Amino acid sequence: MSHAFADQVFLLARRSVVRTLRQPANVVFPLAFPLLLLAVNAGGLDAATRLDGFPTDSFVAFALAIPFIQGALFATMNTGTDLARDIQTGFLNRLALTPMRGVALLAGQLGGVVTMALIQAAVYLAVGLAVGVEPATGLPGVLVIFAFAVLIAFGFGALGAFAALRTGSGEAVQSLFPVFFVFLFISSMNMPRNLIDVDWFRYAATVNPVSYLIEAVRSLIITGWDSQALALGFAIAATIAAVAVALAGLALRTRLTRA
Amino acid sequence: MSTIAVARGVSWRMLHNVFTNPSLLIPGLAFPLFFFVAFAGGLSRLQHVPGFDFPGGYTAFQFVFVLLQSAAFGGVFTGFGIARDFETGFARRLLLAAPQRSGIVLGYAAAALVRWALTAIVVTTVALIAGMEVGGSGIDLVGLYTLAVFVNLAGLLWASGVAMRLRTMQAGPVMQMPVFLVLFFAPVYVPLSLLEGWIHAAATVNPLTRVLEAGRSLLAGSPAEVAAAFAIGLALVALFSLWALRGLRSAEAAG
Repeated sequence: MSHAFADQVFLLARRSVVRTLRQPANVVFPLAFPLLLLAVNAGGLDAATRLDGFPTDSFVAFALAIPFIQGALFATMNTGTDLARDIQTGFLNRLALTPMRGVALLAGQLGGVVTMALIQAAVYLAVGLAVGVEPATGLPGVLVIFAFAVLIAFGFGALGAFAALRTGSGEAVQSLFPVFFVFLFISSMNMPRNLIDVDWFRYAATVNPVSYLIEAVRSLIITGWDSQALALGFAIAATIAAVAVALAGLALRTRLTRA
Repeated sequence: MSTIAVARGVSWRMLHNVFTNPSLLIPGLAFPLFFFVAFAGGLSRLQHVPGFDFPGGYTAFQFVFVLLQSAAFGGVFTGFGIARDFETGFARRLLLAAPQRSGIVLGYAAAALVRWALTAIVVTTVALIAGMEVGGSGIDLVGLYTLAVFVNLAGLLWASGVAMRLRTMQAGPVMQMPVFLVLFFAPVYVPLSLLEGWIHAAATVNPLTRVLEAGRSLLAGSPAEVAAAFAIGLALVALFSLWALRGLRSAEAAG
């Protein structure tokens, strides 16, 4: 990586982070809403731990994986909305007049997302530890959780960037939110798949990739080193990231066509 | 021009906007259905938790929550429309044109009620198709839907009070978040007796808990605490009527 390219990525990543930090709603909501939902669900669904076969006696520990995925969904929205705004305001067109490489824009934007993902992951874990959750895999597991959080934020952020570059509309990006929300709720988010009674729901949760993202984080917190859950989680997250980056790269090439 | 005439005009306009604009209509219909599917489908195993004693099955148990949630958010979504009317300047022209301004609040309330009625029909139909057991008599069901109407009116009056004070779409979270919290600090997933710790304490003092549990008892055909639930429902409507009317005064004073 050349020095000039690194500078471009750094400046754009810093811009992405600063812009996010200057909009309190973009910082507070992705932090507060998943924790609020965690508190509500952990309280309301604690009785589920009395079911035969439930993998832990703490629903907070079971549900702590969910904020990481929700945080990634918010990363999608924030990245996409910011990039769409750059398109709508003409900032991207002005960038196209500079020697900046297109890939630096993408890398910078995603660098900002990854930074925010690390902050979010630290907050979610700190809250989990504060309420008594002890990750079964200890400190090494916590480091793996951070790595996983970075990977999924990177992948979902790239999806948001793709949506923004393809449509050029912040509203179109925002309209993706309910779709992601459906993926989140029709998953093993609140109940292990083997304890879901309704057949069609269990099938839907089984084919839903979000289930495996949640289960990878969950395994590190409540099970221990579960190689299958981790392999599935990382493979799916890496696939989402690779596909999303490729799509975003193609969309960027079209969007940045220099006359 | 009478209060009723003002209310009729305001409600017709609001309903026309909602029913001719899919982006306004569909979320109000889709979200309750989505929650119903996610909760009744994904969490039905909870009915096997020792002590879960609701006789109507988990689908019916969740249906009542989703019905009340759709009623509350039907009111809140209409509040978004009021805020939009202020942002676009329409509401100020309305305040100038309407001789009986309390008719404005009445019109928005009527629109919220009609809008939610469609949602209630859709959610009920889906629940019945999904095999919901209905143990209650016709009178019990009228009681259940009347409780939901109170919740719808309370949600609308709360949201309109906020919208008329803040007069911006950015007030959306202020309208939405307290309603979300009150709904989810009730016994959403299991009966109150199975909740423990802080959520049990919160649910016990949450007025919506009585409404929710009475609604569930009505659907199951074994009414319990219905009088208390109706009293709470009426009190919420009365309280938020004052809140909304004072909000209207605030909007009038702002010019």
